[in-house]
Amino acid sequence: MTAPAPLYSDDELQRYARHIVLREIGGPGQARLKRANVLVIGAGGLGAPVLMYLAAAGVGRITVVDDDMVSVSNLQRQVIHAQDRIGMPKVESARIAVAGINPFVTLTPVAERLDAARAAVLVPGRDLVIDATDDLQTRHMLNAACVAAGVPLLSGAISQWEGQMTLYDPARSAPCLACLFPVIPPAELLPTCAAAGVMGALPGIVGSMMAAEAIKELTGAGRSLRGRLVIQDVLWGENREIAVSRRDGCPVCGHIHGTAA
Amino acid sequence: MQSIDILYFAWLRERIDQPRERIETAAATVADLVAELAARDARHAAAFADPTAIRVALDQSLADFAAPLTGVREVAFFPPMTGG
Ligand SMILES: [Zn+2]
Repeated sequence: MTAPAPLYSDDELQRYARHIVLREIGGPGQARLKRANVLVIGAGGLGAPVLMYLAAAGVGRITVVDDDMVSVSNLQRQVIHAQDRIGMPKVESARIAVAGINPFVTLTPVAERLDAARAAVLVPGRDLVIDATDDLQTRHMLNAACVAAGVPLLSGAISQWEGQMTLYDPARSAPCLACLFPVIPPAELLPTCAAAGVMGALPGIVGSMMAAEAIKELTGAGRSLRGRLVIQDVLWGENREIAVSRRDGCPVCGHIHGTAA
Repeated sequence: MQSIDILYFAWLRERIDQPRERIETAAATVADLVAELAARDARHAAAFADPTAIRVALDQSLADFAAPLTGVREVAFFPPMTGG
């Protein structure tokens, strides 16, 4: 076996030194991060820490999709944005923030609402898709695109003081979103952040956990979230990990023959 | 009768206004337990008014509403969350 060609400038070696000394990441793991190609849907509360930490970690290619503009009410929690970028497309604001953190990563902004046709183009070929969006219809559409392309989907969601997180991947024996949550509740049971409120640090907590899981997935470190749903209740400190599995007859992934994770 | 810890997440917890409670129940299945809980008071009734999207975990493993409660110590109810 020949070692991969030198990947790093001196700046990058210093920049990633704290990863490279970690036994679970090391030089090979850091090289995997640099070669990685990740799609992030949503540049809001969860997208903020996901994008910032993945960029800081040296994930080489990141594409971010969001059609929203930065507003003053975002700044209570969406820490990737800034006062002087109010009114700017969120993906452009994110590009500026990421460029200020790490010039060695390429962030491709897509200022569009994700639909099925765009998802079918944007998802295939990625190492990982990260769902940081804010509505269930988009989540299910993205799930279907990831199942069709065989790409793992790291999904996080928040409400008020609580978060949920798991890794959907029916091609490797984990459930898909439609296995776990087959029914979309009526709108009155699904308050938005605007209607129900959200504690400002919550997306920081859940989004940072998502960034950590993404780094684990891309480097192969530790135990993945396949088949495990994590629920965090920050208000009451009730945290649970729930074993989840594929559902027979799932209309989205039922035809997939998964291999062991 | 058996003693079971019930955990509520997201809008279930918000409607019931407590994260957990311990109850004594003779319910045979999750569906029986949901019917029993919904009959307790207005808060529980509101929480379980439309249970179609609610998922349940028995001792931290995903189950369905037909699952028996024999030997189960903890039941967690959780809906999908959507915010980002
Ligand atoms: Zn499925």
